[in-house]
Amino acid sequence: MTEETTLQGRFGRFGGRYVPETLMHALDELEAAYAAAQTDRGFTAELDELLADFVGRPSPLQKAKRLGEAVGHPSVYLKREDLNHTGAHKINNTLGQVLLARRMGKSRIIAETGAGQHGVATATACALFDLECVVYMGREDIERQALNVYRMELLGAEVRPVESGTRTLKDATNEAIRDWVTNVESTHYIIGSVVGPAPFPRMVRDFQTVIGREARAQILQAEGRLPAAVVACVGGGSNAMGIFHAFVPDSEVELIGVEAAGEGIATGHHSASLAAGDPGVLHGSLSYLLQDADGQVAPAHSVSAGLDYPGVGPEHAFLKDTGRASYTSVTDTEALDAFHRLARLEGIIPALESAHAVAYVLRDGGDFRARGPVVICLSGRGDKDVAHVARVEGRGRLI
Amino acid sequence: MTPRSISEAFERRRAVGQAALIPYVTAGHPRPDGTADILGALAAAGADVVELGIPFSDPLADGPTIQRSSFEALRGGTTVHKVLDALRAFRADSDVPVVLFSYLNPLVRYGMEAFLADAVRSGAQGLLVTDLPVGSDPGLEEEIAHSRLDLIRLVAPTTDPERVERIAAASSGFLYYISRTGVTGARASLRDSLAEEVRALRRVTEVPVAVGFGISTPDQAAAVAAVADGVVVGSALVQTLEERGTDAGATFVQALRKGMDRG
Repeated sequence: MTEETTLQGRFGRFGGRYVPETLMHALDELEAAYAAAQTDRGFTAELDELLADFVGRPSPLQKAKRLGEAVGHPSVYLKREDLNHTGAHKINNTLGQVLLARRMGKSRIIAETGAGQHGVATATACALFDLECVVYMGREDIERQALNVYRMELLGAEVRPVESGTRTLKDATNEAIRDWVTNVESTHYIIGSVVGPAPFPRMVRDFQTVIGREARAQILQAEGRLPAAVVACVGGGSNAMGIFHAFVPDSEVELIGVEAAGEGIATGHHSASLAAGDPGVLHGSLSYLLQDADGQVAPAHSVSAGLDYPGVGPEHAFLKDTGRASYTSVTDTEALDAFHRLARLEGIIPALESAHAVAYVLRDGGDFRARGPVVICLSGRGDKDVAHVARVEGRGRLI
Repeated sequence: MTPRSISEAFERRRAVGQAALIPYVTAGHPRPDGTADILGALAAAGADVVELGIPFSDPLADGPTIQRSSFEALRGGTTVHKVLDALRAFRADSDVPVVLFSYLNPLVRYGMEAFLADAVRSGAQGLLVTDLPVGSDPGLEEEIAHSRLDLIRLVAPTTDPERVERIAAASSGFLYYISRTGVTGARASLRDSLAEEVRALRRVTEVPVAVGFGISTPDQAAAVAAVADGVVVGSALVQTLEERGTDAGATFVQALRKGMDRG
């Protein structure tokens, strides 16, 4: 019941391949190449070696004692994806996809990015393998995440500003798809989350499942039992699917996704697609979507650029509808508060995206006290957000 | 008026050795209330079939011109209901067939069953859904196929031969061949291999083959008319309407027609 239906790459009724005809061949080709790679020991060995030596895996599962004390829970753990090379979980996926692109003989890589973490991870993998790299990024996000723009350029990528629509992640994704439709024969599109047409949602999830496989073994080692809850932020939802997947068969483990409530769901300025959206089709798949009564996609809002997206991965839609995972949300204010508190309590400045998961545990973590350990996926570090937070909180421009 | 069928529109041209001209416009652009007049002017200027675009917030298969027209139409308050209203007003005094051109989400949101019924009632003859390729959603595809609308399908230069046969079998009205990989928009040149590609399509389908994407001048229209049953012109017309108004748009369509007949 909790396993995906493989028919046409769907998860229950969600997912699918709603794309212009021009892309159908490339998606078939990608699906075949990925299927071949999965059974090729050479491919998995090369990826494992990169994850160990280049990324620094396994990432630690750290007991967060003072955070636990703050919420009245004796065992709160942080899965430290922020310690990965490039500072977030995104690199797990981009290395896998770059290896795949090489197998397919593609010489050019494109990507979309919101917060810039996926763009940096893509630029990094392309530098490592000497591939041409173009990253699409909304103009508004370029302003919010200037540091990551420069990092991508240092790594040899070209960052193309997107001026259309909401000038954030949604429109950067549109523009990347347009590029792919145009240059499909030479180019592989590395989608950064568990979204897009099949096989992307499943493939990106697979490349991220290393998070949950490690975390499950680590918590068993540390506590001799499974956690009561696993908590992760959800924009498109790749870190959440990555950590959830290994725990899906463990029905006693509660899986909790935390969406961005922005200025509050009632204000309409938020990115909580699962909480407030309706099923719809965007970027090639059917999932929950923020949209108006006429089926036009509604602008999303979050203080965190990486969660500022009106859609969500189709597997999350499936986990929500089947009840295997539950989804909640925290506001910009709660996330900013958690950003500061984790810095002071644990000496870790989290990414604003990951701060949403921390904020949920600060708010409701005590409820799990009697039920067992809580594991938070700390998907990225907050260096990229420091200047933005200073500006949002009235400290002016740092850089 | 009772509209002509799409196949009849193609047949009238084929009978005299000509190709059909199929202009595209975005509903609600450049003015929210001007669409019925524009459709009338295009029909009078020699359009055989008209493609009427339902604007969408995320037109990911479209280039800058049609993107801009879609955003402006939405800013002007264009909705699916208003697109159908404009079609109904046009239909009061024209028998030129109309293909509604849309992304999937606005139709799903409207309710596919209700949309198909209302589109037929408003006088549409065909439907093209950009992001509903053959096999992507058998339930929805069947629903459209069982309606009175022709389901227009796209074939791309990247489409595998076996898939072309599947698409041809699932098409009615005409088959729309995308002349190059990429998004919509005017281009300076067409692919050299176009004639051979269209011939290959004709071998697997009975329905007429129209070619679109990138056609912007009478000479290009003539070159395509020489090898295909129909010529679709979108971005160049949308831009003309935006910059120089309805009369200039009609004059442009007349010039395309003349070019095709001369060629």
